[in-house]
Amino acid sequence: MTYTQIGIAVVIVAIVTDVLILRTRLVTRRGFWVAYAIVVFFQLLTNGVLTRLQVFRYSDSMIVGYQPDAGPPPFIGSGRIVYQPFEDLLMGFALCLLAMALWVYWGRRGVQREPMSGPPIWRTWAARRRSSGSSGGTASTSAAGADPGGPGDREPTA
Amino acid sequence: MELERLTYLGVLLFIFLGSAWLEIALRTRVLRRWKRLLLALAIPFTLFVIWDVWAIATGHWSFDPDRTVGVELFGVIPVEELIFFVVVPLASILSLEAVRSVKGWPLGDEAPTEVQGGDAR
Repeated sequence: MTYTQIGIAVVIVAIVTDVLILRTRLVTRRGFWVAYAIVVFFQLLTNGVLTRLQVFRYSDSMIVGYQPDAGPPPFIGSGRIVYQPFEDLLMGFALCLLAMALWVYWGRRGVQREPMSGPPIWRTWAARRRSSGSSGGTASTSAAGADPGGPGDREPTA
Repeated sequence: MELERLTYLGVLLFIFLGSAWLEIALRTRVLRRWKRLLLALAIPFTLFVIWDVWAIATGHWSFDPDRTVGVELFGVIPVEELIFFVVVPLASILSLEAVRSVKGWPLGDEAPTEVQGGDAR
């Protein structure tokens, strides 16, 4: 099997795992796709550096594109996107979806569901500044007002 | 050792530092929940390392010996690859929790709400 064929296969395996086996259904969630957009941007950047420098070299017969004998591969074209074979994007998607789905799966099973993520530190700072400026309230009331109903900063349970 | 041999390792360090700051700035609490993290990483790590070893042995891809540190496991797989399959999925989980931290969108692992208890009706 070629890298192209395996790449397509692992994407299918990852989606089937997410939707049918773990039933986490991350591919239906907006949060997953926004996170993946961030991941793929940095993949194109970092993997682009490594493939341009030819830290990785691919066998011609295993990818859609070709591997030049000398010099960097094309920036785009010949099955490559930012120097890397598009097959790398398949591998990256499958790897990240699998890891994220398993992370959510174990959380749903109750393994360290808490403490939940957030809020970003700047929101706490902004709330603290607001409350100390308006009424000079205590730290405890400002912390409570900073994140109404949200995940607590210090959850007692593990 | 020439500095060039740290190329791959340097990129991995960039990926780690470029995502780990979210743990502090966005309170992702991923590294803090390390047991859950290890459970999430174990299966993808094992599968992708097996694939990688097989693909290197079969000649699907190879690594520039001048741009890797030169430590290989099982005789074929550069140590950087093993770090890759920890650092990259970790970065993706950090990104997922970073988006949740900022946007608050549910991901399906939230605690069940107590409203569904029954005696509210």
